[in-house]
Amino acid sequence: MADPAVMTAGPAVHVHHELGFWRTYIFSTDHKMIGRQFLFLGLFMLIVGGALAMLMRWQLAWPETAVPGFGWVPEPYMVEGIIPPNTYNSLFTMHATIMIFFAVMPIMIGCFGNFLIPLMIGARDMAFPVLNMVSFWSGLLGGLVMLAGFFVPGGHAAGGWTAYAPLTAKAIYTGVDWGQNLWNISLIILGVSSMMGSINYITTVVNMRAPGMTWFRLPLVIWSLFITAILLLLALPVLTSALAMLLFDRNLGTHFFLPEGGGEPLLWQHLFWFFGHPEVYVLVLPAMGVTSDVLSTFSRKPIFGYRAMAFSMIAIAFLSWIVWGHHMFISGMNPLLGTAFMLSTMVIAVPSAIKTFNWLGTLWGGSIRFATPMLFALAFVSNFVIGGLSGIFMASTPVDIFIHDTYYIVAHFHYVVAGIIFAMFAAIYYWFPKIFGRKLNETLGKLHFWPTFIFFNGVFFPMHILGVGGMMRRIYNPLQYEFLQPLQPINVFITANAFLLGLVQILFVVNFVWSLIAGKPSERNPWQANTLEWAAPSPPPHGNWGEALPVVHGGPYEYSVPGMAEDYLPQNQSRRPSPTLAKRHGPSGGQVTA
Amino acid sequence: MVQGIVTAPALEEVALQVPEMPPILPPGSDNGDPPGWQPPRREPVVSNAVLGMLMFLAFETMFFAGLLGAFLVFRLSSTSWPPPGEPYLPIGVTWFNTGILVASAYSMRRAHRAIRDGSQAGLVHGLGLTALLGTTFLAVQGSEWIRLAHHGLTLQSGTYGATFYTLIGCHGVHVLAAVLWLATVWVLAARGWFSREWHGGIQLCKMYWMFVVGLWLVLFPSVYLM
Ligand code: HEM
Ligand SMILES: [Cu+2]
Repeated sequence: MADPAVMTAGPAVHVHHELGFWRTYIFSTDHKMIGRQFLFLGLFMLIVGGALAMLMRWQLAWPETAVPGFGWVPEPYMVEGIIPPNTYNSLFTMHATIMIFFAVMPIMIGCFGNFLIPLMIGARDMAFPVLNMVSFWSGLLGGLVMLAGFFVPGGHAAGGWTAYAPLTAKAIYTGVDWGQNLWNISLIILGVSSMMGSINYITTVVNMRAPGMTWFRLPLVIWSLFITAILLLLALPVLTSALAMLLFDRNLGTHFFLPEGGGEPLLWQHLFWFFGHPEVYVLVLPAMGVTSDVLSTFSRKPIFGYRAMAFSMIAIAFLSWIVWGHHMFISGMNPLLGTAFMLSTMVIAVPSAIKTFNWLGTLWGGSIRFATPMLFALAFVSNFVIGGLSGIFMASTPVDIFIHDTYYIVAHFHYVVAGIIFAMFAAIYYWFPKIFGRKLNETLGKLHFWPTFIFFNGVFFPMHILGVGGMMRRIYNPLQYEFLQPLQPINVFITANAFLLGLVQILFVVNFVWSLIAGKPSERNPWQANTLEWAAPSPPPHGNWGEALPVVHGGPYEYSVPGMAEDYLPQNQSRRPSPTLAKRHGPSGGQVTA
Repeated sequence: MVQGIVTAPALEEVALQVPEMPPILPPGSDNGDPPGWQPPRREPVVSNAVLGMLMFLAFETMFFAGLLGAFLVFRLSSTSWPPPGEPYLPIGVTWFNTGILVASAYSMRRAHRAIRDGSQAGLVHGLGLTALLGTTFLAVQGSEWIRLAHHGLTLQSGTYGATFYTLIGCHGVHVLAAVLWLATVWVLAARGWFSREWHGGIQLCKMYWMFVVGLWLVLFPSVYLM
C-alpha cells in the first residue's frame, strides 16, 4: 500500500491567489465556503420542514378544519384550506425526511464538519477539495429533487420516512406515484453526496493533522465527526441498495418486497433499520461533540474524562450495528432474537450514559459562563437525558409492544433528534464569529433561548402522556376514536406550544441576518477557547494559516491551569520550560498522568 | 520558542507571566510538550489518494452487502432453487468467465509491477491485456444474459430473476466502469504519462480492478454454485 510514488502532499495552497466571484462563492473548493453553503441549505430546509410540522399540528388540534390563510392551496393538496388524509400522510413523511436528511445532516455534518475539521486539526483544507465541492452540489441536487416531489401528480411520498414496503412498493397502494420515486432517487443522490463527504472527512482527519496534533489531542467534536463519517460511509450504502430495490419494485416489476411475487416485506425493514439505527447516531454524535466542546469552554474546566468520551463514541459506533431489531419488536420476530436486541439496546445506553455523566462532571465546580451557546448546550444535555431514559423503557420488549407506534415513540425521538437542534444552535452561536467574522447578539440570543427551551418541552413532554394513553403515531384524526377524545385538550396544548416555538424562531432569523450584515466584528478568540480554529483570523483566509502551519503543543481542554495568568491555554501555545516535564515526555509527546 | 502561528501580543504576555512551578493539571489531562520540542515530521502511512480509494471501496462493499443480503434471504429460505419452471444458470461458461477475470487480475498486477520497474512497454501491454480480458468477461456475460432471457428469465420472474439480474447486473456495471477507467489509463500510458516515480493513477486503477475481481469471487459461488 505504502507505495512512495503515490504519496502526495496536501493540496497545493495559493494563499495570495485571487479568485473570481464564481470560484469564491459558488463553485468554491474552500472548505469554509462549502461549510457556509451547507449551512444556508440546511437552514432553508429547516424552515420548510418546520412549516410542514405546523400544518400537522393544526390538523391534530382542530382536525379537519380549514387552516387559516391556506384557502388558496389547490386541490387535491388541500380542500378549501382543509388538509385531506393523503396530504397529511405526505406531511409527516416529508417533515421527517427533510429534517433528518436535509436539515440536521447538512448543518451538523455538512456545515460544521466542513468548517471545523481542517481548522481544528490545523490543515489548510480538506484532502480532496474538488470532491468536497461536488459533494455539496450533489447534495443540493438531491434537495431539489426532493422538493420537486411536492409538485408532481399524486403528491409527495406518503409512506413515512421509514418507507415501509409493501405500502411504498406499489403506486396503487398509496396513490402516490412519482412522489415516492423522486423520494428514492433523491436519497440515492444524497447517499453519493455524503459518501464523498465521508471520504474527505476520514482522509483529512487521518492524514492532515498539524504537527503535534496527536489523536488524543483532537477536540471531541472532531472525534465525533470522524466517527460519524465512518458510520455514514458504511451505513448509507445499505440504504442505497434497499432504495434501488424498492425503485425496481415500483418501476421494473421486480418483487423484492412484494409478497405476491415471493418477496419479503420484512426484508425492507431489516435493511432500512440496519441503516436506520446507525443513522440516528450519525445525527446525534456531532451534537454530542459540539456539546462537549461548548461545555468545557464555558465551564472553564477541562472536559471530564476525555478518553472515556472518545472511547464511548467508538463503543457507540460498534454497538449501533447490532441494535436495529429494536425497531421491529412487533414484526413477529423470534422472541429469543427480540431478547438479544433488547439486551444490545440496553448496552448501548451505557456509553450514552457515560457521556452524560462526563458532561455533568465537566460542569461540576466549573466557573460557568452562561453565554448563549452554553445555554443551548445545557439544554441539549437535559433533553438528551429525557430522550435517553425513554429509550431504555422502549428497549424493553414487553413495554415496547404496548407503546410501539404511539406518541410515546414520537416523544422519545423528538427529545433526541429534535433535541439536536439545541446543539445546532449552540454550535451556530459559538462558531458564528469564526464563520462570518461577526458576533451574534447575546441579548437576542438569550431571548431566543428561553422560550425555545420552554416551548420545546411544552410540545414534546405531553406526548409521553398521549402515547401511554394510546394515541397512535401518524394518525390523521385522533377524534375518530372515542377513547382518545378526552386527550384532545393535550393536543391543543401541544399545538399552541408548537406555534409559539415556531414564532420565537423569528428572533433567531432576525439575529442571524442582522448580525451577518451589521454584527459586532469579532476578534480571533472571542470565547477565550483553546482549540486551533480560534488561532486563525475571523473569518480565516483562504488557506487558513498564512505562511506556516500551526504547531500543536497540548490538549484541547486545558482551562484554568493552576499557576497560569489566564484561564485558558491555546493548543498551539508552547508550554513553559520544565525539566521534569521534558524528562517525562517521549518523542511522541505522550501523556503524563499525575 | 515555538509560538505556532499566533503572535498576538496577549499570548506572548501569557507565556512570560507563567511562574516557575510545575503545572498541576487535573488527572488525565494532557500536560503538553515542553517548549522547544518539535514534533517529528511524519509521513502519512497511506497517501490521501489510496486512503480515499479504500474508503470508497468500503462504501461499495456495504452496497453489495445489502444486495447480497437480500439475495441470501431468498436463497436460504427457498427449498428449490431455481424455483420450478425457471432455467438453471450457465455454470460451465461462467467458470470460464471467472477464469478470465482471475487472469485479468494477474495481468493488472503485472502492469503495476512493470511501471514500478520503469517499463513503459510492460505497462501499456499489461493494461491493454487487462482491458481486453475485462471486455471479454462482459461480452460473455452479455451473451449469456440474452440466452437466459430467451429461456424466460427476466427481472419479473419472482425473486430468482430479480436477485440474479440486480446483483450480477450491478457487478457488471462496475466491471464496465472499471473497463472504461482502464481504457482511459491505457491511452494515457500509451502517451507516456506514467513513470517509475509517478504512477499513483495506476495504483488506484489497480485497487478498483482488484475489488471488482474480488467481488466476483464472492458473487460467483453465492449466486451460481450455491
Ligand atoms: C439511550 C439510548 C437509546 C435507546 C435505548 C433507544 C431505544 C429506542 C427504541 C427501542 C426505539 C423503537 C421504539 C419503537 O418504534 O417501538 C427507538 C426509536 C427511535 N429512536 Fe431511539 N434510543 C436511544 C437513543 C436514540 C438516539 C440518540 C436517537 C437519535 C439521535 C434516537 C432516535 C430514535 C428514532 C428517530 C426513533 C424512531 C424511529 C421511527 O420509528 O421512525 N434514539 N429508540
Ligand atoms: Cu434505533
